[in-house]
Amino acid sequence: MGSTIILSRIFWSVAPFLLLAALWQFASLWFPPFLFPSLVDVFRRVFQILVDLGQFVDVLATVGRILAGLFGAFVLGGLLAVLMNRSPGVDRFISPILTFFQGIPALSWVVFAIIWFHGIEFRIFFIMVMTTLPAFTFQMIGALQAMSKDLFEMVLSFRPTRLQMFRTMVLPAVLPEILTAWKVNLGNAARVVVVAELVGATGGVGYQLLQQQQLFDMAGALAWTFQLVFFVLITQQIITMIERYAFRYRAVSERSL
Amino acid sequence: MSVAAAADPAMGITLDKVTKRFPKRGSDEGFVAVDRVDLHIDPGDMVALLGKTGCGKSTIFNMVSGLLEPSEGKVSVAGHDPFHEFDWFRGKVAIVFQNDRLLPWRTALQNVELGLELLGVPHEERRKQAMDWLSRLGLKGHEHDYPHALSGGMRQRVSIARAFATNAGLLLCDEPFSALDEMTANRLREEFSALVRENRKTAVFITHSINEALQIGDRIIVLERPAKIAYDVRLDRATGEAEKEAIRDRIKEVLAL
Repeated sequence: MGSTIILSRIFWSVAPFLLLAALWQFASLWFPPFLFPSLVDVFRRVFQILVDLGQFVDVLATVGRILAGLFGAFVLGGLLAVLMNRSPGVDRFISPILTFFQGIPALSWVVFAIIWFHGIEFRIFFIMVMTTLPAFTFQMIGALQAMSKDLFEMVLSFRPTRLQMFRTMVLPAVLPEILTAWKVNLGNAARVVVVAELVGATGGVGYQLLQQQQLFDMAGALAWTFQLVFFVLITQQIITMIERYAFRYRAVSERSL
Repeated sequence: MSVAAAADPAMGITLDKVTKRFPKRGSDEGFVAVDRVDLHIDPGDMVALLGKTGCGKSTIFNMVSGLLEPSEGKVSVAGHDPFHEFDWFRGKVAIVFQNDRLLPWRTALQNVELGLELLGVPHEERRKQAMDWLSRLGLKGHEHDYPHALSGGMRQRVSIARAFATNAGLLLCDEPFSALDEMTANRLREEFSALVRENRKTAVFITHSINEALQIGDRIIVLERPAKIAYDVRLDRATGEAEKEAIRDRIKEVLAL
């Protein structure tokens, strides 16, 4: 690939953000800081949060809540998907319930959690699990159902144990969908966790956003928002790297090179 | 546990009044795919099972391999029931399927290693055996290629190597060369029969090609629809061309009925 193409790609991926930043900076010259603060101030605040452990702990708390919620939904969704895949009766029973859950807004789950539970952390965990569970379950059951029956039968012909079958056939076959599910749900979870923390937490990015709103501090609100955006971008990048390594066996069309 | 380290003795197959019915809408009796078949295959025989499409060849094949349960009668391989004693056949039966059924996430070498890995053969030993089989089948230099980078003929060779690597006593082959061009299929057929004879296996070879049956089989069994033995003939080295022509004509007659 020529260096011109690489430069062109970098330019087109950066250009929209540069334009957006320039427009914002231009607006900051004409509007008061509580509406459009200078980006210099915003990134100074971003840096302060990163280097001040007292503030960074709130970022870590939010990250921990996102990962715990996603992991809980992933494990529960995986179990439900296996049961639904094994038994059409279970599938017929659970699918409508999960579809019903998908229609419930995240904010409603926040209200239910506040009414039902006392512990802040459990409330947030519950909200995270309930909002991401249907997507995880549906994506995993889709992956199990799409698994090649021919390949499954081929491995079965060697009479493997259940664990061997899982390791050699099921896991590699469903891994692409699992990683995609994590990518999709990560974005959803980052949005939901802020809502959950905004209403019911005493720490975390959501809680800090509430403080900035009460102080009318737009630079602070943006700086805390960026922390979450950075986390999502970094995690997505890590998942992409895992995908590149795990799926290196995939054929690449020469036309797309 | 190194099951594949020692060669398994060739295994005999007996079908005793075996019937297989599949459920069919609007019929209490169902669809009869195999109708009271009696068949005995001696250990070390190489049998070509010939018949038109839909005559029940694959159903017999699946019952012998233990993937299907007969509706009536008894299937016995080396005195054991392949369906109910499924695990007893671990390492004793190997299958070459119609399409190569290579795991796309494994290299050619890892695909050949699959059966040995499931049998618990130590890593170094299984790697050596897999390399040896790939080399014997003309795939030296392609060990680390993923299936998508191999041609159809090469992929089928990998699947043959995978079946032979476990050193199973019984080889079941379901039209393994039908998707290949005539030249490649001929060459692979010759290599395959030489390997079966050299390794003293019992082999059941499903085909719908009379030429293929004559080229490979020590014995040719022609099935009519639903699977019932219509013609059963034994060939040996003394069988001359004129006799083979007579057999060919008789098979054509039977298949035309």
